[in-house]
Amino acid sequence: MSPIISVSHLSKTYAGGRVALKDVSLEINKGEIFALLGPNGAGKTTLISIICGIVTPTAGQISAAGHDIIRDYRAARAMIGLVPQELTIDFFESVFATVKLSRGLFGKKPDDAYLESLLRDLALWDRKDSQARTLSGGMKRRLMIAKALSHEPNILFLDEPTAGVDVELRRGMWDLVRKLRAAGTTIILTTHYLEEAEEMADRVGVIRQGELILVEDKKRLMQQLGKKKLTLALSAPLAALPASLHAFALSLSDDGSELTYTYAEDGGTAPVAALLESLNAAGIGIADLRTEQSSLEDIFVGLIGKSS
Amino acid sequence: MNFQAIRAIWIYEMARMRRTMLQSIVSPVLSTALYFVVFGSAIGSRISHVGGVSYGAFIVPGLIMLNLLTQSISNASFGIYFPRFVGTIYEILSAPISAVEIVIAYVGAAAAKSIFLGLLTLATAAVFININILHPLWMLAFLLLTSVTFSLFGFVIGIWADSFEKLQLIPLLIVTPLTFLGGSFYSIDMLPPFWRNVTLINPVVYLISGFRWSFYGLSDINVGISLSMTLLFLALCLGIVAWIFKTGYRLKT
Repeated sequence: MSPIISVSHLSKTYAGGRVALKDVSLEINKGEIFALLGPNGAGKTTLISIICGIVTPTAGQISAAGHDIIRDYRAARAMIGLVPQELTIDFFESVFATVKLSRGLFGKKPDDAYLESLLRDLALWDRKDSQARTLSGGMKRRLMIAKALSHEPNILFLDEPTAGVDVELRRGMWDLVRKLRAAGTTIILTTHYLEEAEEMADRVGVIRQGELILVEDKKRLMQQLGKKKLTLALSAPLAALPASLHAFALSLSDDGSELTYTYAEDGGTAPVAALLESLNAAGIGIADLRTEQSSLEDIFVGLIGKSS
Repeated sequence: MNFQAIRAIWIYEMARMRRTMLQSIVSPVLSTALYFVVFGSAIGSRISHVGGVSYGAFIVPGLIMLNLLTQSISNASFGIYFPRFVGTIYEILSAPISAVEIVIAYVGAAAAKSIFLGLLTLATAAVFININILHPLWMLAFLLLTSVTFSLFGFVIGIWADSFEKLQLIPLLIVTPLTFLGGSFYSIDMLPPFWRNVTLINPVVYLISGFRWSFYGLSDINVGISLSMTLLFLALCLGIVAWIFKTGYRLKT
């Protein structure tokens, strides 16, 4: 797949000496949903802000669809829409005038019909003449998205799109993002909600203290670094593990009533089958069983912890 | 050139003027009317003529300049400061729009508003006294040049200010006193020689003098010098704006 955004050896040191990004190189594929994960202050927003032209890079090159973001900024920026983390709206202007300004800024001719359909999709059309300050928090966030989409961008940056919004609105946002992707828009999102990345992203990048420590296909990441846990409730408590089961990574609960088996997510079913056979051979009865799978959050915490 | 962006910003800025009609239009017109009552009628009745022009007519160019300068600065400074204050400046910085286009849009909108108000002040003055304009084209040229120059100056203030207090600081503490002391309500020939020479340091003197010449053909200072000083200030403001965009001062980190 061809990259639509290419970041090469990007560094940023702010005036005052704070290093925000260290030699970051990254390629975003056309049409994918890429989730950029990282703790607060890791450099996610700086990276997005540089790509969008808001922050000046200290070193490195960035191109959007082959257009250098500095030398050929008009072509590069025309393709990009940005939804910043903060709710930054002219609170005294009407919803429609606000999106109309956004479209014009990106050099697009006025198209009231398109803006109407956009506002209808985002359930804002009924409030088109309302001042932005009168909107609810969720509506303001949708207005931010409408502004970013007003010029029909090919690439959309969503910086913490669901921070502080309720579950219903969050799910609505996810549906919207999926629709946009289906329409061919490339989406890069930063999020604190790892559930969000797990739910939507095709690929995941993890950034920590300005360094991109990992970029991986989400499914592969979860297979490689994810763990599965099988917990067996025994028919009768065991005093100790029989020697025939020492080959398995088993742990016995303090009261001897449960056995827990942890194995790699990409390990297939063979180890489980072998364990069950060994248990049967040892005459250990099973009353019940349950399985657990590590979430992206578990993997993220593990990665961040490992590299700190 | 991103004409759509210039157009969009211009329309957006002009819409704010409509939205804030009271402070944008009614207030300057009312203050002009009050100036005429106080200076034109109350005080003017005791001053017969200045350079062959009735005192009421004499103060008209000064009053228009007073409004033009303050409105140009406040419109342009607020126009660019407000997006910085609320954070919507991100949209301007991330749009495919050049520094020149940003300046044309914001300064153009501010200048258009102040020219409109300048002409409205003139119309208000015409209600009170009979005005004949000797050089109407030069009058319009001075109006345009001054509004653009001081809108650029306001733009610089709007970028520099990091609080509403600072936004008001230069207009209140520097521009208004300079305008009042710049010959709005008197000819600088009326001053003692020492203060007349001190007054020549004030750039507003040149603007008012040139503008008054376009009305009545009389001026305290040669009109060519007035025009040159205005152009010099315009060039200075353009230079500062160019530096702001080159360095990203208060706009980009």
